[in-house]
Order: sequence, then C-alpha cells, then structure tokens
Amino acid sequence: MYNFGKLLWEVSITLGSMIMKLDLQHELTEQLEINEVFSFSIGNVKIGFDETTVVSWIIIAVFTVLAMILTRNLKVTGEISRRQLMLEMLYEKTENFFRETMGDKAEKQIPWLMSTAMFIGVSNIIGIFGFKPPTKSMQVTAVMAITSMVLVEYCAFKSKGFVGRMRAFTKPIWIVTPINILELFTKPLSLSMRLFGNIIAAFTIMELIKAIPIFKVGVPVALGLYFDIFDGILQAYIFVFLTALYIKEALEDEEEEPEKKMRKKLKNKKEKKLSA
Amino acid sequence: MGLIAVGAGIAVLAGFGAGIGIGIATGKAVEAQARQPEMAGTIQKTLILGAVLAEATAIYGLIGAILIMLLLK
Repeated sequence: MYNFGKLLWEVSITLGSMIMKLDLQHELTEQLEINEVFSFSIGNVKIGFDETTVVSWIIIAVFTVLAMILTRNLKVTGEISRRQLMLEMLYEKTENFFRETMGDKAEKQIPWLMSTAMFIGVSNIIGIFGFKPPTKSMQVTAVMAITSMVLVEYCAFKSKGFVGRMRAFTKPIWIVTPINILELFTKPLSLSMRLFGNIIAAFTIMELIKAIPIFKVGVPVALGLYFDIFDGILQAYIFVFLTALYIKEALEDEEEEPEKKMRKKLKNKKEKKLSA
Repeated sequence: MGLIAVGAGIAVLAGFGAGIGIGIATGKAVEAQARQPEMAGTIQKTLILGAVLAEATAIYGLIGAILIMLLLK
C-alpha cells in the first residue's frame, strides 16, 4: 500500500514538473510570430516574403489547378459527367443564396463573392494541415476588406451615379452625414478586425492546448473540429454575407420620400376612379 | 508586467456583453421560429447578422487586449 502511494506521488510530481518546465510563453510567441520565408534585394530595397504570403500563394495555386482540372470537357448538350453535375449543383446552390440576399441586380458580383468565400474559407481551415493560416495576419484580412469595400463603392457609383452617391451620404436626414462618411472607414475596419480576431483567437487556443503534453493526442482533433473547421467556415460565410449586404445597400435605388409616395398613390387612385 | 496583464484581462471583459446579447438574440429567434416555422430561413439570416454585429464588440475587446500585451511591454 505504501509503495503504491509513493508511486502515485512520484508520477504526479513528474507530470507536474513536465507541465511547469514548459516554456509556454516562448512556445506561444514562436507560433504567433510571422516569420520571413525568403527575401531578395533589388539595389537597396529589400523585399521580404512572409509565411502568410507564401501559404496564400499555395492556396491560390491549388485553386487554379483544381479549377483547370474540374472545368475540362464541360458539355452543354448530351450526357454530362458526374463531375459536371456536382459542379453545377454547387454553383447553383451558392448562386441562389447570394441572389436571395442581394436581389437580381447584383448578378455580376456573385462570382467574385464566391471566390472570396472559397479563399477565406480555405485560409481559415488550413491550420489542420500544419500551415499557419494566412488570415491570422492582419495584412491579409485588411486587404480582403479593402478590396470588398472598393467593390461596394464601385457598385454604388455605377448604379447611383456621382450625384446620387453623394446624395446618399445625407440619406435619412442631413445631420447624419458625418456618421455616413465615417462609415466608409468603419465598415472595412470591422470586417477585417472580425476575421483577424476570430482566427487569431482560435489559433492561440489551439496552440495553448497543443503545448500541454497530456493533451497532445486526441484532444486537439476534437477541439480542432470546432475552432478550425466550424469557426473558420462560419467566419468566411459571415465575411461574404456582410459584403453581399453592403453591395445590396449600394445598389438600392434612391427611395422616394414617403410624402411624395403617398401623394402619388392618392393621385393614381383618383385617376382610376375617374377613369372608372 | 503584472499591471499590464490585469489591463489585458479587463479589456477581454468586453466578451460579457457579447455573450449576453447573442444569448438573448438566439432565444428570441428560437421563439420566433417556434411561432412561425415557415419563416425559419429569414429569421436565421437576421439572427446571424445580429449575432455578428454583437460579436464584434467582443472581438474589439480581444484585439485591445492583444495590443496592450504587445505594445506596452
């Protein structure tokens, strides 16, 4: 009995010292840092490439190859292959989703939104394969957010014209103009920060768990299902969904003022009565 | 270092509000879906939009904490 107790004590002490000896802070900062993979210099200017850039290049290359392989030999008539059937189904489903959120006017923006969703989704869940997710660095998310805001403003200028867009700043009442102008900057800020914050939080938690020796087997798989896959796909969905909402808002026609609408309705009714 | 850690911890407390807000929103959405199951799609979309906007506050707290840890060393 005495021996058993002693054994238990020793085992627990060794386990405890294993955990305590860990340099958690060192390991975490090492994982959170974004290292430079390679760099070259032209004259005095040094151009460095981060890990995140290289990983996103890999993602882009994989997507390009996949697109080239999957879209070969597509047919309009005759028997279509199973591959084409699946592609068409996937495309139609996602297209329907965007059409429902944005309306028919934003047809041209749908492919862009789809490819953004694919890129962000894969960047978020690539942590499973041992890469550092590119969306973990703020530069990538900031660029994605700025690109989508440029698209939104392009849509707004195209559908409303210059004067209409300027008038949209004073939309509900003229007092809110500064807030509307501020919104130009807060929208991309919140878009990029949301993505960055979510991914870096998930990444940090996963690294913390992996740093503890007892949790090295099995536990990261279970938690990775939630933090890597579910959260990553949800964030990609949210990013694209919000962009779609902004585009819809940008494409909306200038609303007539309620009073004018009422007057028009009354006029129409009177005319109908007269004609009847 | 100690005070900096405390400050970062306080910044993360922003998560409280987001949690309560998303909880209330989800509860109401469940009620609405039980009352009108045919509107489930629209309700879910609105719920996600609201939850995302509420969650943003928590994320700002987190980023504030990260910035405090990194910049005030």
